[in-house]
Amino acid sequence: MIGFYTVMEGVIAFFLIAGGVFAFIGSFGLARLKDFFMRLHGPSKTSTLGVGCVLIASMCYFSLIEGSLSLQGMLITIFLFITAPVSAHLLAKSALHYKLARDPRTLDDIEELKDGEDDEKPNGENGHLP
Amino acid sequence: MIPTQRWLPMPLLSLLLLAMWLLLQQSVSLGQILLGSLLALVIPLITQPFWERQPMLKHPWLLVRYIFRVLGDIIIANLQVSKLILDPRGRMSPAFIEYPLELTEMLPITILASSITLTPGTVSVNLRKDRRTLVIHALNTGDREDTIAQIRERYERPLKEIFEC
Repeated sequence: MIGFYTVMEGVIAFFLIAGGVFAFIGSFGLARLKDFFMRLHGPSKTSTLGVGCVLIASMCYFSLIEGSLSLQGMLITIFLFITAPVSAHLLAKSALHYKLARDPRTLDDIEELKDGEDDEKPNGENGHLP
Repeated sequence: MIPTQRWLPMPLLSLLLLAMWLLLQQSVSLGQILLGSLLALVIPLITQPFWERQPMLKHPWLLVRYIFRVLGDIIIANLQVSKLILDPRGRMSPAFIEYPLELTEMLPITILASSITLTPGTVSVNLRKDRRTLVIHALNTGDREDTIAQIRERYERPLKEIFEC
């Protein structure tokens, strides 16, 4: 017979490991993806779930230890889910403004990335990475 | 009698503030509820000039359903993005997508843009000044029309229903 605490320990360990894995993949994506816009995908998604998992584990743990529902972790999650998209959006917006180099496979026939006449082209042909 | 609009300009914000206060205090005792309610009334009144006019929430229970849908999608999004990142061949077809907005109010557009950033393979990049088009960057897109239709169906329509605008 497996006790309640053993099961909870397993659940908490699972969330901690899952959180760690997601956070790692997110940062790995930062290193591996080719251009700025693609790199943005890693931290904006993977890290939110990574931190989310760790917080779920923390909430379970402290609820168990203190014997009462511990919900402060929820607050961190809520704030994170509100702020992560905003910072990602601001970063992307300024990247678009500077017309940062895109991966050559990117379909980028949008108004914002059309070349103006007096644009400098620091990034080679059509603003694509070589 | 003073009209409700005057002393409670943003009921949603007030409710959120009260909930935040109680969560931070970790208690639901009468004193904390009173103090929280006072803050929830005073803060919106003081910061009112700072806010844009907020649309009324017509169907709050649909918002709850929407939140759970987005949470589910966040998990799927993470698995998909993880798979893309770890794929050794690194086959990806990133694209910028121009998404024609049906929503007009600022708050729903903000929620939509945030949902897009948090969910499968898309980041909202720019809201054009006329507020009609949202530029989205997709990590891996087969078909642009497909992605647009998907976002319209899953997020924008429900939001439109929730805020009825």
